Amino acid sequence: MARTLFAKIWDAHRVASLPGGADIIAIDRVFLHERTGAAALARMAEMGRALRDPARVFAVMDHIVDTRPGRGDGTLMKGGEGFITETRAACQAAGITLFDVNDERQGIVHVISPEQGIVLPGVTLVAPDSHTCTQGAFGALAWGIGSSEAEHAMVTGTLRMERPRTMRVEFTGDVPAGVTAKDMVLALIAAHGAGGGAAHVVEFAGKAVRALDMEARMTLCNMATEFSAMTGIIAPDRKTFEYLAGRPYAPADFTAPYWQELASDQDAAFDAAITMDASQLAPMVSWGTSPEHTIPITAKVPQGPARAHDYIGLSAGAPIAGTPLNTAFIGSCTNSRISDLRRAAAILKGRRISPSIQKALVVPGSMAVKRQAEAEGLDTVFTEAGFEWRMSGCSLCFYAGGEGFPEGSRAISSTNRNFEGRQGPGIRTHIASPETVAASAIAGAIADPRDYAR
Amino acid sequence: MSAFPQPLTGMAAPLLRDNVDTDTIIPSREMRSTGRTGLADGMFAPWRYSDADTRSENPDFVLNQPEYRGSAILAAGSNFGCGSSREHAVWALAEYGIKAIIAASFAPIFRSNCIRNFILPITLDRAVVEALAGREVTIDLAALALTCGDQGYPFTLEVEAHEMLTQGLDAIDLTLQQAAAIDAWTLADRAARPWVYDLTRPAPIPPKEAARP
Ligand code: SF4
Repeated sequence: MARTLFAKIWDAHRVASLPGGADIIAIDRVFLHERTGAAALARMAEMGRALRDPARVFAVMDHIVDTRPGRGDGTLMKGGEGFITETRAACQAAGITLFDVNDERQGIVHVISPEQGIVLPGVTLVAPDSHTCTQGAFGALAWGIGSSEAEHAMVTGTLRMERPRTMRVEFTGDVPAGVTAKDMVLALIAAHGAGGGAAHVVEFAGKAVRALDMEARMTLCNMATEFSAMTGIIAPDRKTFEYLAGRPYAPADFTAPYWQELASDQDAAFDAAITMDASQLAPMVSWGTSPEHTIPITAKVPQGPARAHDYIGLSAGAPIAGTPLNTAFIGSCTNSRISDLRRAAAILKGRRISPSIQKALVVPGSMAVKRQAEAEGLDTVFTEAGFEWRMSGCSLCFYAGGEGFPEGSRAISSTNRNFEGRQGPGIRTHIASPETVAASAIAGAIADPRDYAR
Repeated sequence: MSAFPQPLTGMAAPLLRDNVDTDTIIPSREMRSTGRTGLADGMFAPWRYSDADTRSENPDFVLNQPEYRGSAILAAGSNFGCGSSREHAVWALAEYGIKAIIAASFAPIFRSNCIRNFILPITLDRAVVEALAGREVTIDLAALALTCGDQGYPFTLEVEAHEMLTQGLDAIDLTLQQAAAIDAWTLADRAARPWVYDLTRPAPIPPKEAARP
């Protein structure tokens, strides 16, 4: 019978089917970070439970780690150091590979997992972090879980789960210039709602998806969780194998027939299907407090929930372009890889951000991205334009209580969440592509990146 | 951890917004230790307090209103618990005393976290949730039924989750009973996909930059 890529991976990992209808699914890799992983490790120690296979568990310090140059274990977040020292001690005790604060492989979990070749096509990978779906871009079944589930995965090597439903999201046509994977996924969520993919595994397919490079595919899958999907997945192809071959934890090559079979069969049935015409898309920007509150940059703010208008301070009918800003952020597991930085730098080169922008940060997704960007001189482009150039980490993608934006700021941000307070109490966040962030920082107001293209 | 109280009667505190995210349920700055306790006080901090630092209460927030203070049941909108996977959101709710959440729909990670912590997620039609919000309801988990006044509302739950909640079972203990099957699977898989297991392990790279004190 024709099967989806998801079904092939799921069936291959099914250890047992339970009488109640759930399955026990083998987990190939677990990735922890200091924010939620420490809780899982602490609990395991407390219960006297051991890891089944520590070699297949990895950890990184990314969430609350300081991103200012010269950083150590100290964090701007009060009490944050405890998360770092406890995670380090627990990883040491358990024999878990840790990408520590000043390890040159350090970075945001979903950026470094592919960089290190930890995620591979066909594997199951879980992390107590909702954006684990990012890694589905490699044809892995990769999804976010809670700390208890992480503990379950580490102790038993498995998870107990109901088989999720499947959805195929096809992007047809060619993506116009100035439109990116970020705009594609925002357009999907805007059209079908933040609950549109609820509990489905979403396979992204179609010509416009195949045309994306690996980094853009990661951006696309990254926001599957904002679509309420269990995860996103993209069938691996030549680009996937070329990206991964020879990376530290990956095989040297992917020529074996196994890898070529990792795709949905031609007539595989999905439980749901959506088609989006990529050629009709424009750069997107959020106006409200949910990723579904997103519109083309040329559009006017629609009528949404009163609470969202109140929080964001924009009325229905106002054009979104031209909304004055005072902060800008380029970073996060959505858009902090080298291609993101290159595209933003191309817009910023030789230009200055508006004097109205009080704080502008570029936070590379990994130390490897940072080094590559510096080798290309991008750091100079950013700093000359008026951005701060940081060490890698999650930084102000979320507010942990330490570093913040000036009170009452309106931020343009390459992140994935525009929730109330996500970037700090009262901070109003507009999510968009890195080029839209760059263009808007120059304008000091939400601006169409196509007007700044060279 | 105890199993779900049977039956559970209480006021369904109305929190009917859609897309309530886990950053709001427990803001990152309220997660002060790697433990799973000490979180109830920070639950819904941005809405519950007019000033989170001084903990001065916002009288408009539903759980600050006398009839709902300390409610064990929430009535919520759609996509409840979206956003960050932080289980701290569920730990905070559990510590506060929430035992059941009735919603139009749940975000998937949050829903699994609820079950692992013996909070009952009940999905019902939006119109029904709206009708129940602010009223006294009785939840009979064994019968998978909820009653409000003289109206009954059946709900569904996966068999596995139903067993976990009614019996207070620990998922890890249950799965460890299948250790033989897991070992057999792993042995076969190790032969089929050696790359999953034979990880080249590069030597750890020592810190390059001096740590700041
Ligand atoms: S960059 Fe932001 S969204 Fe991504 S893992 Fe870090 S905090 Fe989460």
